[in-house]
Amino acid sequence: MTAAVEIRRAVKRYGSVTALHRVDLSIADNEFFTLLGPSGCGKTTLLRMIAGFEDVTEGEIRLFGDDIARLEPNHRPVNTVFQHYALFPHMSVIDNVAFGLKMKGVDAATRRDRAGRMLEMVHLSAFADRSPAQLSGGQQQRVALARALAPDPKVLLLDEPLSALDLKLRQAMRVELKQLQEDTGITFIFVTHDQEEALTMSDRIAVMSEGRVQQVGTARDIYEAPVNRFVADFIGETNLLEVEVEAVAGGVATVALPGGHRLTCPSATSATGRHHLSIRPERLTLSQDADLTATVERVVYLGTDLQVIARLDGGTPFTLRLQNAARVAAPEPGARVGLHLEEGAARLLAD
Amino acid sequence: MKGVRHYPGFLAMTLACLLVLYAPLAVVAVYSFNGSTSITQWGGFSLRWYGDVFTGPEAGRFGQAAWNSLTIALIASTTAAAIATAAALAMIRGGAFHGRQASFALINLPLMVPEIVIAVSTLIFFSTVGLTTGYLTILLAHITFCIPFAYLPIAARLEGIEGTYEQAARDLYATRAQAFRLILLPLMMPGVVSGWLLAFIISLDDFIITNFVKGAGMETLPTAIFGSVKQGIKPNIMAISTLMLGVSVLFVTAAYLVNRKGQKIP
Amino acid sequence: MAGPGPSRGPADAAYAGLVRPLLLPTWVVIGILMVVPVALMAVYSFLTKEFRGGVEWDFTLAAYDQFFVTRGLFGDEPAQIEWTYITIFARSIWQAALATGLCLLIGFPTAWFIATRPARTRGVWLFLITIPYWVNLLIRTVSLKFLIRETGPLNESLMAIGLIDSPLPLVNTNLAVQLGLFYSYLPFMVLPIYAAVERYNFALSEAAADLYASRWATLREIVLPVVRPGIVAGMILVFVPSLGAFLAPDLLGGAKTFMIGSLIDEQFKGSQGNWPFGAAVSMILMSMVMVVLLAYARAQGRAGR
Repeated sequence: MTAAVEIRRAVKRYGSVTALHRVDLSIADNEFFTLLGPSGCGKTTLLRMIAGFEDVTEGEIRLFGDDIARLEPNHRPVNTVFQHYALFPHMSVIDNVAFGLKMKGVDAATRRDRAGRMLEMVHLSAFADRSPAQLSGGQQQRVALARALAPDPKVLLLDEPLSALDLKLRQAMRVELKQLQEDTGITFIFVTHDQEEALTMSDRIAVMSEGRVQQVGTARDIYEAPVNRFVADFIGETNLLEVEVEAVAGGVATVALPGGHRLTCPSATSATGRHHLSIRPERLTLSQDADLTATVERVVYLGTDLQVIARLDGGTPFTLRLQNAARVAAPEPGARVGLHLEEGAARLLAD
Repeated sequence: MKGVRHYPGFLAMTLACLLVLYAPLAVVAVYSFNGSTSITQWGGFSLRWYGDVFTGPEAGRFGQAAWNSLTIALIASTTAAAIATAAALAMIRGGAFHGRQASFALINLPLMVPEIVIAVSTLIFFSTVGLTTGYLTILLAHITFCIPFAYLPIAARLEGIEGTYEQAARDLYATRAQAFRLILLPLMMPGVVSGWLLAFIISLDDFIITNFVKGAGMETLPTAIFGSVKQGIKPNIMAISTLMLGVSVLFVTAAYLVNRKGQKIP
Repeated sequence: MAGPGPSRGPADAAYAGLVRPLLLPTWVVIGILMVVPVALMAVYSFLTKEFRGGVEWDFTLAAYDQFFVTRGLFGDEPAQIEWTYITIFARSIWQAALATGLCLLIGFPTAWFIATRPARTRGVWLFLITIPYWVNLLIRTVSLKFLIRETGPLNESLMAIGLIDSPLPLVNTNLAVQLGLFYSYLPFMVLPIYAAVERYNFALSEAAADLYASRWATLREIVLPVVRPGIVAGMILVFVPSLGAFLAPDLLGGAKTFMIGSLIDEQFKGSQGNWPFGAAVSMILMSMVMVVLLAYARAQGRAGR
């Protein structure tokens, strides 16, 4: 099956500055795909290259098989929901929604009809003749969505569309966006720096940093099996320990921990030597059958959890999270505790 | 406790400021309705000097001067607004390019050079290239010094318009020309209109440069008024002044309203 | 003058390339009708005057010599400094500086007062200040002359209420010219200061008051330094046009109040004109203005860093 969007060896340079280094991505039809990363990682640049607002320095961008990398934005059957919506302030809501159809040469009656249905879909039929300035942020956001979906694009691009909304509305819109994507069956490419947003909505996520795609996978993949320090650190909370890898066989590594303990864990690399080990703080229990021993320094009460800040034997700082359940006794500062790693708690990273 | 914004005496200063600015204009406006032929004696309310402006012995001279002033202002402001709009597009939408700083300095040059120096240099130029001073030379000079006045509000407006509007239009299948005509131009229109209005007033207002490049026999309203007041202030001058005052107030009010209406870009 | 402002909008090179040539008309018009004339004027200042008012293309320093040096009535005495024109320049600078000071004295409180009005009434105050700015300068100057002349309403009413016995001889004095300059350019002072005060963070004044500063100490120590760019801009906008002013000195002044503008004007009138000398005086005036503007631009650049 042809991918909805296929990016091959895409490079973007501004003068001597390289914003994207040889990016390869394949985004399937009907997929909710997220580009996730901190600001400046190149995610917006990549989105704008797909939309046609930035030239592609090298490489190809294929839309259902056709290379569109050199097409003008108005010749690409993709539409964008802009970060601050970019609703035309001198046009009514309905004229905004109908604009794309008008440009495509659709006759007035048809486009009024279609724009009306799009507004119905986003529950804004009553606002058709208002000016965008008279709408709330959330309503403007829906108009932007309706406007981008009205011409029935093959792919919808969303550039941090929720970032301007308040928390409550943002959470409600996540559900709605996901629903909309499933109902329309259109491929969504969503750009965000908010990992929670990415994890809750996406079928797959590409984690980006410094102009490179670090890892592509489902939410579970990137959380449970990060390939490198950046991904492990950026997604959720983690403890990064420098360890000596003694042997790797069949994707399982034997590593020596600081303090003399040894353990086996899944590995993202086949090399031995010094590497980083990621241990999720919530995948540990206090136990006599210890993989690690540590001294408790401070216990922070977080409601559902207790955060325990400790120091491993050997001096490395270490954090764990314990569920705040009745049967768990909170350790006291100063206590020496044994830590047991659950299945899959530790993962050896490639760097 | 009056708060940190309050300073005693500042209201009085403001009122003094307004008094200084308005008193002469108010006095002339009042005296323009004087029924007496003497400018000193009050002879009761009358519109006779307004009648004199249109039918009196000097009506032909001032009528011709007013016609010259209006047509020059109209052509000069329209041309300057068109040139300034083009320049603003290049400056604000043209990215970083070689010569941008120099272009900015060039646009603002007429604001930097003292008016009397512009007058002298323009006269020398026309005389050297052999252009006879008259209507055309006034017009050319006016177009030049009107450009920065038209440019300022247009560029300010354009700077306030995010590039995403044009991108959104392009994303929605508009060609470059359509994105300009349907999105950018309507959005920058308030700036273009106020730029045009300002240029119009500036052109109408000019005396010094016009006086240098007008040539013999050619008059605009300010030069005609100047010539007349050199012989002493006559009541018909006060009537003309009050009329021009009215026109200026009308234009500034229009510019103010257009700008306020156009301010809303979400 | 601030920089060209940010370039924004579509970053794509093709678009930027398409709009850049739109600067061409500006270059052609201002280039031919402003840059070339100023250069030509510089050349003229080195030419030889012709008797009928015009020039001969013989290069000479005569115009500048006439400005700075005198050799007596018949040109046969030892060269001495010519004070006539330097005096006119000094008077112009003094009058312009005084007008700038006066405008600041009245303009700052006005700008402050307007900027601290509630948003609803602020627009109206600002509008009231702006209107005279757009009224024809000639008409304003004539109006002022009408008001202050010997038998004008000002003297009449002052005499009517018994403040003075005989009319004040205001017209044709330095005071009248000063009043004219002040009146002409006052809005130029108010507007930039207003813009600066409007951006002023009043929490700074509150912090100063909290730290025991009196109202006037706050003004001196905090407000004036913070809004200084607006004040300097206003001072330049008043000083520069005042220096080359023509209408106020010509209509309100007399022989003893002669300023640069009138001096230049005289050189281009009729057959007694002296174009090279007029061009030379213009060059000297322009150089002075450019020095002021460059100093300002450099100070702005330093403040911006």
